[in-house]
Amino acid sequence: MEAYLAHMLIIIGIYAVITMGQNIILGYTGLFGIAQAAFYGIGAYTSAILALKLGLPFWVGLPAGALAAGLFGWLLGLATMRLGGDYFCIATLGFVVIVQQVLLNWEALTRGAFGLPDIPRPSLWGFSFDTRLSYCLLVWVLVAVLGLLMRNVADSRLGRAFMAIRDNETAALGMGINTFLVKVIAVSLGAVYAGVGGVLYAHYTTYIDPSSFSVMETIIVLCMAVLGGMGSISGSILGAAALIFAPELLRLVGVTGSLSIYRQLLYGIILVAAILTRPRGIMGMAEFRFQALFKGGPWIREI
Amino acid sequence: MPPILQGEKVSKNFDGVQALVEVDLTIEAGEIFGLIGPNGAGKTTFFNVVTGMDVASSGRITLGSQEITKRKPYAITKLGVARTFQNIRLFHQMTVLQNAMIGQHCRSECGLVRSTFRTPGQRREEGVIREKALKALDFVGLAGLADHRADSLPYGEQRRLEIARALATEPTLLLLDEPAAGMNPQETRRLMALIDRIRASGLTIFLIEHDMKVVMGICDRIMVLNFGQKIAEGSPGQIQKDPRVIEAYLGVED
Repeated sequence: MEAYLAHMLIIIGIYAVITMGQNIILGYTGLFGIAQAAFYGIGAYTSAILALKLGLPFWVGLPAGALAAGLFGWLLGLATMRLGGDYFCIATLGFVVIVQQVLLNWEALTRGAFGLPDIPRPSLWGFSFDTRLSYCLLVWVLVAVLGLLMRNVADSRLGRAFMAIRDNETAALGMGINTFLVKVIAVSLGAVYAGVGGVLYAHYTTYIDPSSFSVMETIIVLCMAVLGGMGSISGSILGAAALIFAPELLRLVGVTGSLSIYRQLLYGIILVAAILTRPRGIMGMAEFRFQALFKGGPWIREI
Repeated sequence: MPPILQGEKVSKNFDGVQALVEVDLTIEAGEIFGLIGPNGAGKTTFFNVVTGMDVASSGRITLGSQEITKRKPYAITKLGVARTFQNIRLFHQMTVLQNAMIGQHCRSECGLVRSTFRTPGQRREEGVIREKALKALDFVGLAGLADHRADSLPYGEQRRLEIARALATEPTLLLLDEPAAGMNPQETRRLMALIDRIRASGLTIFLIEHDMKVVMGICDRIMVLNFGQKIAEGSPGQIQKDPRVIEAYLGVED
């Protein structure tokens, strides 16, 4: 039972990080960029290839995967940011398809559809993270750190620039913000988060193949961001938890069968329901106040 | 001292529509300069061209001794030109204070790395930004509403917030696009007093306005546009009596 719970929490943690990235792009900056699955895949494959081909440890693969994803985010941002809203969205979706195709066909590097097995679990000074519980701890420490860093960005000059662009891009331009540059930074930063998720995923499942980095995956991440709260760090975690648990709850109630079909149906229903009833997601832009646990006061901080 | 803003034969074409036709303009430092004209005369287009949001089709625009004709909007803001918008363009989901703090974006420099890791330098800079933003809010009388969401403010206060945000960029030239629109007489009087205080603090003001009480009451000089062309320029007294101006607004008697 603990193994099952730990497994769920690991998956939720990984998706939470990727969703935080989606929130930086969409929730904070208002860009309808949905390429997280591509950046997630780039992070995963970068770390896996460095581990398998060069024997580099997880602790090198993690920043490498994150930075590789960030670099591609930067390039995608530069290439697509002049496109109008709808076309930008489609272009980012196209990028997911391109990356998946490259992963499938560049067999010399990625072994194509055969995937990369035997990705090692991380180890630190002799201790190996080979139990579910230890890996769960690793994932959630990173969730906490990345959440904290995201909050630092939100409360900073850059974070305000992101939100200004979302709320009124023309005014942002008039107030001295280089909107093109800031938007590209947003996509790149969101990509870094997805890259971290990818590295965590690769070293957990120890086997990756291109089928995991699909358009469906990127839509799932979008659903998590929309449902949880667009522009909320705690919302990212909540959205990930909700959408990972939901199909499990269906299974417990006896709805079995092809998981992917029911999952797709469920996510579609949830997305439409959320947009109709609570377009800014469960949390909107509010955050849980963790200080409430220690010092009391309201649990939720609205803005 | 060179004039603070100069426009030489500024023209702007939008796909065949001549929005501005060879407009010449000189604004001296410390003036309150008014721009009036019927709807569609090209006034906001002129503002857009000065601030870089639209690019002039021909002509030159000079700020002090620097040419700004082809510069990007954020560069022009950094050089000291700030504006408000005809239709209020506040950052509606952000707080009053955050809106004002955006004004300080061009006067600060911490980027991704220093913001993510909250370096001591960044914390200091945030303190300065916050302080200057609060000063701007205080100047327009909104300091008490700092933590309210911008879209929760009543109309008149939203207009004042736009001005505070522009002031927070520490400009030398302030462009106000119909700041009195939709205001009642009491709010309008308060606005005129605010504009006087802004000028007294050392700024030059370039003002588009339809409310003639405001224009004639506070402007040192006025320029009149009609169909993109300058048809008159002078003191309020001169403009009020100019037959071409009267014709543009009221038509000619048959």
